[in-house]
Amino acid sequence: MKFLVFIETDMGDAVASSWEALGAALSLSEDVEALVVGDKVSVVAEEAVQRGASKVYVVEDETRALFDLDRALADVKHVLDMSAADAFLASHTLNGRDLAAALAAELDAGVIADALELSLEDGRLKGVRGVYSGNILVDVTVDGSPQIATLRPRAFAPAEKVEGRTAEVVLVDPADADSPYEVLGVQRAEKGEISLTEASIIVSGGRGVAKDPELGFDLIRELAGVLGAAVGASRAAVDAGFISYDHQVGQTGKVVRPDLYIACGISGAVQHLAGMGSSKIIVAINKDPEAPIFSVANYGIVGDLFEVVPALTEAAREKLGK
Amino acid sequence: MRYLVCIKQTPDTAELPKVSPEEAASGNLSVNLVVNPWDEHAIEGGLQLMENYGGTTGAITVGGEGAIDALRSALAMGCKDATLVQYEGSTDALNVADLLAAAIKNDGDVDVVVMGQMTVDGNTGLTPVVLGRKLGWPVLTGVAKVVELTEDSITVERSVGQSRITVKAPTPVVLSVVKEIGEPRYPTFINIRKAARVKIPVLTPEDLGVDVPEPKVHMANFRKPPAREAKVKLFEGTPQEAAAALIDALLEEKVL
Ligand SMILES: Cc1cc2nc3c(=O)[nH]c(=O)nc-3n(C[C@H](O)[C@H](O)[C@H](O)COP(=O)(O)OP(=O)(O)OC[C@H]3O[C@@H](n4cnc5c(N)ncnc54)[C@H](O)[C@@H]3O)c2cc1C
Ligand SMILES: Nc1ncnc2c1ncn2[C@@H]1O[C@H](COP(=O)(O)O)[C@@H](O)[C@H]1O
Repeated sequence: MKFLVFIETDMGDAVASSWEALGAALSLSEDVEALVVGDKVSVVAEEAVQRGASKVYVVEDETRALFDLDRALADVKHVLDMSAADAFLASHTLNGRDLAAALAAELDAGVIADALELSLEDGRLKGVRGVYSGNILVDVTVDGSPQIATLRPRAFAPAEKVEGRTAEVVLVDPADADSPYEVLGVQRAEKGEISLTEASIIVSGGRGVAKDPELGFDLIRELAGVLGAAVGASRAAVDAGFISYDHQVGQTGKVVRPDLYIACGISGAVQHLAGMGSSKIIVAINKDPEAPIFSVANYGIVGDLFEVVPALTEAAREKLGK
Repeated sequence: MRYLVCIKQTPDTAELPKVSPEEAASGNLSVNLVVNPWDEHAIEGGLQLMENYGGTTGAITVGGEGAIDALRSALAMGCKDATLVQYEGSTDALNVADLLAAAIKNDGDVDVVVMGQMTVDGNTGLTPVVLGRKLGWPVLTGVAKVVELTEDSITVERSVGQSRITVKAPTPVVLSVVKEIGEPRYPTFINIRKAARVKIPVLTPEDLGVDVPEPKVHMANFRKPPAREAKVKLFEGTPQEAAAALIDALLEEKVL
């Protein structure tokens, strides 16, 4: 089975979870091609080679510096014609999801959306995905050629980089596509801020910080800083204005999948669990030993987060030598 | 201006864990059904457009007869009209979008379609883009704020990954909004009473001239995810002692 994997870029940098999609494809087939769309992406194309793509198509153009749905779709269709891949994979980022949806509409094909696992069965792609917000799992297959799947960030191991690999790099002219979108401005997250969906460690705060929210989140940020973690929050903390919405984890926030999730002053409502329940290790810090979060946590400390979080920061500094 | 909000009736989020694999497979749910929470934000977004730029906001859903309740909730929040596209067959983003596209054309001069980020049951988030492509209209996803709406264009702020992007696109347009568009307002008493009395028009696929295709997505083997084997290990002692023991445990787990 031949795969074409979409490597999403943003201002010349690869979106990290794209390498997971490449890794997923390589775990199923040796015939894996990559498509890099962006501006000034020769480094990304080279990385796709080192990470094991057998051929890398590159569409490089100023108009592709930021993801543009219509242009990306035109490029993908163009390259699919050249590659004749049987399956098309992208990471289930906002842009990857939108691209897959547009391609599906175009080809009248189904999408295995936000897959947690992927396998080949009788020459067909089979995905496992969550429905009912992860409370039910299903096996999913789709009609259409190519078969389209988007992959949940952090659910698949990224393709490994091996220096010295070689593969054909094909420069493809940008497809002729008028875009209806005019970008008027871009505001980026502060440098050094780690994205929740890509983070391997997340420290989150909830309403438990209420007696001094500013201090509470300062303590949480400090711990996150030492651990190299992203900062998350419960909806209660967001709605109370302790922290901005882009930090919200859960049903109506972000779905995350870190190796380590540290919930500080979060009770563990089902809507919060919907966002972080598949974290590998969950740690709960809560002064109420009956809090439901303890029933999903692997480790816990019953206590006041205002004492426990700084103690953790201290212990981590010492033991990690920071 | 005419705004149309696409909503879906989905399980109350508190009851999602109670949905059994059998119920999920058949679609015959015994849990309490409400407006998909992301779509409550879409309704709020649609109502703000009406307030800020004039016109009317309607709500539409594709679903069974019972989905009328979700439409009544939309009316109670302030939508001016509601339409049920009655279809009980199995759906995916493609065939729902076929029905919505036909209903939108049928509605007349819709300027802005407002949708949610995703459904809490299907969890794909694909429908808005598929709908936009079928209509041949631009689609703006992740919309956190509408900056300006004119006769022939819309400017919005999109939340994409870690960035905030201001984009202008021609109308008619499809938006899918995130929570920052605004907290859903509570229904007013007057609107609840009015909503209870409104006769909600029902359209069938035949009315819309749609021969609904079979889904292109096939689901099998519905099951509960493996339970977390977690039996929590609690660390005791002073905060310092507990913290030190926890960090040791995490180092041993190789997650630090
Ligand atoms: C449609 C819908 C969507 C939702 N979406 C989300 C979502 O996306 N994300 C989300 O998180 N929630 C969501 N919720 C809300 C959810 O139901 C809970 O209300 C919310 O998660 C509670 O947040 P919390 O745990 O911070 O607050 P609480 O439930 O109030 O818990 C606070 C916890 O802090 C502990 N505590 C207090 N003081 C301290 C202290 N000093 N030290 C240590 N512990 C302390 C308490 O014991 C308690 O367990 C949603 C709800 C609905 C209805
Ligand atoms: N049956 C439906 N009727 C009307 N709108 C829907 C329906 N299903 C999905 N939508 C819209 O599409 C959005 C994304 O849904 P989904 O692609 O199913 O995750 C929802 O937030 C709704 O706005």
